[in-house]
Amino acid sequence: MSNGFDVAIAGGGIVGAACAAGCAAAGLKVVVVEPGPVGGGATAAGMGHLVVMDDSPAQIALTLLSRSLWIAMRPELPADVEYLPCGTIWVAADEEEMAEVRRKQGVYQTAGVRAEVLSAADLASAEPHLRAGLAGGLLVPDDAVVYPPCAARYFLAKSGATVVRQPAIELSGRGIKLRDGSFLAAGITVNATGAWAPALTPGIEVRKRKGHLLITDRYPGFVRAVLVELGYLKSAHSTTADSVAFNAQPRRTGQVLLGSSRQFGSEDRAIEPHMLRRMLQRAQEYMPEIGQLSAIRTWTGFRAATPDKLPLIGPCPSDPRLYLATGHEGLGITTSLGTGQLVADQIAGRTPPIPVDPYLPARAGAVPHPPQEAH
Amino acid sequence: MKLLVNGKPVEAPAGSMVSAAVALAGAWLYRRSVTGEPRGPLCGMGICFECRVTIGGKPHQRSCQIPCAEGMEVRTDE
Amino acid sequence: MTDPRFDVLVVGAGPAGLAAARRAAESGARVAVLDDNPTPGGQIWRARPEPARWLSGYQVILGARVIAAPAAGCLTVETLQADFEIGYRALILATGARERFLPFPGWTLPNVMGAGGLQALAKSGLPIAGKRIVVAGSGPLLLAVAGYLRGHGARVALIAEQTERAALLRFGASLAAHPGKLRQAVELRARLLGVPYLTGCWPVSAQGAERLESVTLRRGAKNWTEPCDYLACGFGLIPNTELAEMLGCRIGASGVAVDDDQRTSVPAIFSAGEATGIGGLDLALVEGEIAGYAAAGRTREASSRFALRQQHRRFATALEKAFALRDELRSLAAPETLVCRCEDVSYARIRACSGWREAKLHTRCGMGPCQGRVCGGAVEFLMGWRSESVRPPLYPARVESLARSGQDR
Repeated sequence: MSNGFDVAIAGGGIVGAACAAGCAAAGLKVVVVEPGPVGGGATAAGMGHLVVMDDSPAQIALTLLSRSLWIAMRPELPADVEYLPCGTIWVAADEEEMAEVRRKQGVYQTAGVRAEVLSAADLASAEPHLRAGLAGGLLVPDDAVVYPPCAARYFLAKSGATVVRQPAIELSGRGIKLRDGSFLAAGITVNATGAWAPALTPGIEVRKRKGHLLITDRYPGFVRAVLVELGYLKSAHSTTADSVAFNAQPRRTGQVLLGSSRQFGSEDRAIEPHMLRRMLQRAQEYMPEIGQLSAIRTWTGFRAATPDKLPLIGPCPSDPRLYLATGHEGLGITTSLGTGQLVADQIAGRTPPIPVDPYLPARAGAVPHPPQEAH
Repeated sequence: MKLLVNGKPVEAPAGSMVSAAVALAGAWLYRRSVTGEPRGPLCGMGICFECRVTIGGKPHQRSCQIPCAEGMEVRTDE
Repeated sequence: MTDPRFDVLVVGAGPAGLAAARRAAESGARVAVLDDNPTPGGQIWRARPEPARWLSGYQVILGARVIAAPAAGCLTVETLQADFEIGYRALILATGARERFLPFPGWTLPNVMGAGGLQALAKSGLPIAGKRIVVAGSGPLLLAVAGYLRGHGARVALIAEQTERAALLRFGASLAAHPGKLRQAVELRARLLGVPYLTGCWPVSAQGAERLESVTLRRGAKNWTEPCDYLACGFGLIPNTELAEMLGCRIGASGVAVDDDQRTSVPAIFSAGEATGIGGLDLALVEGEIAGYAAAGRTREASSRFALRQQHRRFATALEKAFALRDELRSLAAPETLVCRCEDVSYARIRACSGWREAKLHTRCGMGPCQGRVCGGAVEFLMGWRSESVRPPLYPARVESLARSGQDR
């Protein structure tokens, strides 16, 4: 290792930063290659919702591990990470969705995740700005919200990793070739470049999935928990069609963050008025008064989506020294810490706290199946 | 034109803006900043958002761009 | 929107916008002018009779701000009560300028205002009679503001102009080529008899417990403190280019880039006045006329005014040179001085960042409701960074307005 690095990580988003922190904690010498601001890609675009998701056992395992790592880290997080232990409420519009609430509660209970069924009256008193006539919801009290770019910056600073402010132009198990022609040699190379990962590791099944978001001025208390609709059950959107869902989030600042939308095939960063309209109209259906709040900014970002909706964490089958840490879709903020731990454990030869097989790039049958994604 | 600024009756000349009514009521603090500093108008033309007050219960209204209206209820931060 | 309601839509009812609208309307076009303010005239003609001369033959929509451009030929507009769409065949951006504010210790205290800011507020009814006011910063606006304030009963303690006397004298000599400007300058000075006009002088700090009580000024090696009720302080003007940027128009070094006919880089979009570069009233008027004629297809009439525009541009160049900001102003902000007033971000925190995007993401600088319009000019001057993309909403807007922006209504 001519540069003396054990691990070279391409990508200074929250996943790359968490991998750096995990590897550094394992005693490894780390370099991170990031040409832009730390946490400036999907990390900056994302909502920062720390949430346990129950789409599959593997998804529960990774999100739950990650959430517990966040909770353990909470006392040391700087104030600007804005950790807000507000919980999540999965909002049920009707009895069909209440059935899903109860199913979900069962799954969470089995996994050891606290979750409480809210009646229509409970929901109305918990979130007075939701429209009348909703059926109830499921409160997951230990979910939280953070401001991701500052979390990424903190992880990276904590790692003590060397940061190289240049684009990576080529990756292999031996290291990273930089734009200026120089080569960073390392024992292990990690591709943590999110939706851009296929540009550096061709052939991997990661696609850009565009999302729109909007943030309002400060209205403390307008939204108290992260509110997510269960209505996707009926909209039955596929992994290919554009979709929107009601997702409203309180920020420590008192601002309200509104999402969400999902689109494949749009590589343009520009706001698409028809998607923004659909997303906001959906929000107004659930919270009519939200229409009167002052919106101060909108933006878009690209999630790194995989066909089976699980991230790619671990060595490439073709090159065991080239690791992937991408494909986190809408859960990259939550699962960054779990990813960092799994990457570090695999590199350091330690036993990870959860089985890694479901996330290995070599896993079989990464086939599309019906989604569950109101997030 | 009569308005209420923080509950205090104020007479504002026709055509004046809410920013003027606040000053006529003797107030100079229009809002508290996110760290609690006192703030008042800066740009006078609707750009800086420093002159925000609550009008008729609606927060974040730029007082320099909104004409006074009879019976308007205006609140500044304390 | 497939059926434009207007042949020519003008954004901004200041001198450039009104001149553009009048000339386009005279040419037979169906014209409308939009403005955020409740009355026409823009900043320079706020509460003055001049706009009446130009208001003829077109519709004026006031209290209305553009918040989005959801499709080509279409703008979404919001008022206090409503939101709607306006279609156009040609668009003229006459969005004017705003003051440049520079941070110094105490600049966030209540009653420290922009120079044009205090004048605008006074015109809107803010009582100034009997108040002791220091006017400071840079540019001919300071004299105009001081004259206005004095004329309305304020006690103007002094005018502090940061530029040096020698540069002003050179500029004064160049006024000989512009007799109208020279006359204005002489008249202004006459109205300010007895008010010290201190060149090479600038504010270094403002003091007060909960509001302004005094300002400390520097001139040469001397520092002293002036008690005052208001500090009216602006360091020149910045073109409002955000709408042009959102529409994809190229921005040049001085403002929205335009060709001879005031056309921007985007077809059917024109720009005139301060948005294209700071040049004052006369230049704004002639640029507006050219843009109005050109947008209505009367290029011959437009070109008949090129020579006049050239003459006014020479004046603008001389102005810019004379009132260039001095380097000392870059060191006014202390590490703890706030630069971003919406999010209360200090100069030290901004200086620790590598660029605008990092500052935005890691400190929230420019992420509040003013969307960087105040701190942007300061950060550009202090750090040399220019802000990048402009997205809807162009100004903070109700969520419901964006939820309808661009849909068939």
